[in-house]
Amino acid sequence: MTPLLVLEQGLNGLQFGVMLFLMAAGLTLVFGIMNLVNLAHGALYMLGAYLGATFLKWTGAFLIAVPAALLATLVIGVLVELIALRTLYERDHLDQVLATFGLILFFNELVAIVWGRAALYTTTPPAFAGYVELLPGLRYPAYRAAVILVGLAVALLLYVVVTRTRLGMLIRAGASNRTMVAALGVNIRLLYTGVFGFGAALAGLAGLMAGPIYAVQPGMGEQILIQVFVVIVIGGIGSIRGALVGAVLVGMVDTLGRAFLRPLLSTVVSATAADAAGPALASILVYVLMAAVLFFRPKGLFPASG
Amino acid sequence: MRTTKRAFLAAALLTVVAAGPAAPAETVKIGFITSLSGPAGVIGKHMKDSVELALDHLGRKVGGLDVEMIYGDDQRKPDVGKQLADEMLKKHKVHFVSGIIWSNVMLAVAPVVTREKVFMIGTNAGPHELAGDQCSEYFFTTSWQNDQTPEAMGKYMSDQGLTDVYAMAPNYAAGKDMVQGFRRYFKGKVVAEVYTKLGQQDYSAEITQLRAASPKAVFVFYPGDMGIQFLKQYAQAGLRDQIPLYSVYTVDEVSLPAVQEAALGNFETRYWSPDLANEANRKYVSDFKKKFGYTPSFYGAQSYDGILLIDAAIRAVKGDLSNKDGMIAAMRKADYRSTRGPYKYNVNHFPIENFYLLKTVKTADGEYAMQIQKTVFENHKDAYYQKCTMKW
Repeated sequence: MTPLLVLEQGLNGLQFGVMLFLMAAGLTLVFGIMNLVNLAHGALYMLGAYLGATFLKWTGAFLIAVPAALLATLVIGVLVELIALRTLYERDHLDQVLATFGLILFFNELVAIVWGRAALYTTTPPAFAGYVELLPGLRYPAYRAAVILVGLAVALLLYVVVTRTRLGMLIRAGASNRTMVAALGVNIRLLYTGVFGFGAALAGLAGLMAGPIYAVQPGMGEQILIQVFVVIVIGGIGSIRGALVGAVLVGMVDTLGRAFLRPLLSTVVSATAADAAGPALASILVYVLMAAVLFFRPKGLFPASG
Repeated sequence: MRTTKRAFLAAALLTVVAAGPAAPAETVKIGFITSLSGPAGVIGKHMKDSVELALDHLGRKVGGLDVEMIYGDDQRKPDVGKQLADEMLKKHKVHFVSGIIWSNVMLAVAPVVTREKVFMIGTNAGPHELAGDQCSEYFFTTSWQNDQTPEAMGKYMSDQGLTDVYAMAPNYAAGKDMVQGFRRYFKGKVVAEVYTKLGQQDYSAEITQLRAASPKAVFVFYPGDMGIQFLKQYAQAGLRDQIPLYSVYTVDEVSLPAVQEAALGNFETRYWSPDLANEANRKYVSDFKKKFGYTPSFYGAQSYDGILLIDAAIRAVKGDLSNKDGMIAAMRKADYRSTRGPYKYNVNHFPIENFYLLKTVKTADGEYAMQIQKTVFENHKDAYYQKCTMKW
């Protein structure tokens, strides 16, 4: 376990973390501001991946495909909000879970009908095909390095928007006291639609960047969604800062657990016991983390309200 | 709820009474369990399409009887698979249950089915338990025992003089079988055995550890979407040119269209390939491509064989579905035109078959395809049949 190895695994954790953050940012705002449990957030991630791959195939240019796919997911997000979710705000969480679960099934089947059940062919853009030498002896896939940079840039942008702009002020106000914001004459419906579309585009961006690394196929959104929920529960519902900290925490714990838990265990118990327990423990580590956070901070690390 | 149930019962009783004395020609009911939704849904599609093609080839009759197929989606979950099997047995009263991709699902389903003296015709998963002390007269498979294919890869890699191999597989029944089978025939040193979560998407942590261990070769088993992800990420980490990757059930007709050049030149071992030269296989592959517009996989070939095996069994007892002993005797002969060519059943109802070395090549028309290079094992038996107490 050399320092370079730990550093590289840290980068892997950070990369996974920023991906989770892009998903969690939208989800936590929707949950915090609109009080809506949206299980279909993963479907938007999936659509981002599919649209990105398709636009890339049509245009052949990454620089056109990326904005086009983002815009398309944003539009789809707004449409979903206007058509389906708007009617759910006043209903209780169970109804929302049921309805948005229906949306998951709808989008998975839609994607299977339009693109087929087989995974799409995706590859990294040629400019990011190789690896970069970050330090002597530390080689890192260029594409994953780019994902980290994009993720951090988006996080910074979100920070500026949320803390320095009027829109951000409304978002923060909405997260901590919705009724008061509405009472002050803010067009809360428009704000809802805007936030949802924005969250959809962020999920689309995560899916878009996940495309070249993962299998682009129906149901890909649900695989990451569970961890995204863990992130927002750890971070505190409605808090962007919480989402960032929670995402990086979950990314790190998951990655470092998978990498080092087994070798660490084998120094304590026998190698065979470590082989058996290591992978099992590593896969539940993030849930243990969530349970621990909930025990000490029931509202998450950075609660948005009160 | 209760009233509807009663109404159903009454309706069912009425039908039975009405149909009773007439005794029309029987319909054979086949339940087919596979993963039709979610990340493994594409494998289920390969299997279902192949079943439908087999029914086409048989003129929509199985063993001369009308057939009713009941498809079930196990979502890669053992508990869901078991529920489906229960429903097929109790509600639909099926005569055969077939399919099943995942060994953990198979281990949950097979005992439930065979306990009721209903036939379980496996068409993919081959966990070692069912080949050994849990073997059953009512269980047959048209695929293989899990260990067999990696045994062939272990043999081939040994013959190549490779050593210091890093082994990786998902952490479930088949993953353990695969690595065990590999080790049985691989004479070199295995530097590490790493098990990842079933259905895992990201392998960056494992790939970083792998590179740090600097093995001479890598052996993996990553079926379906896991394979697509692993192959892409292995290539993106720049390891393809540095550490050769050997695999089983990872590079196939399911993953190749999605990974393409990231698997070019990779070696696999398998009992079947689309280019396997025999009449039945040529017909299966060409008709499949014509009907569905894509290349079939071993998942499909096995499922196609499964229906033909059932057909042969019912034919042998002249449509008398109550003659189960007769059907067992017939299936033991494997007297049908299998896509792998003729084969025999071992005492545990697992095939004794050939295993080939396959390589990913780019064909003249720019497609990526698997091609047979040579035979690694001829008439290869699995390692567990002696633990099966069945005598015949």
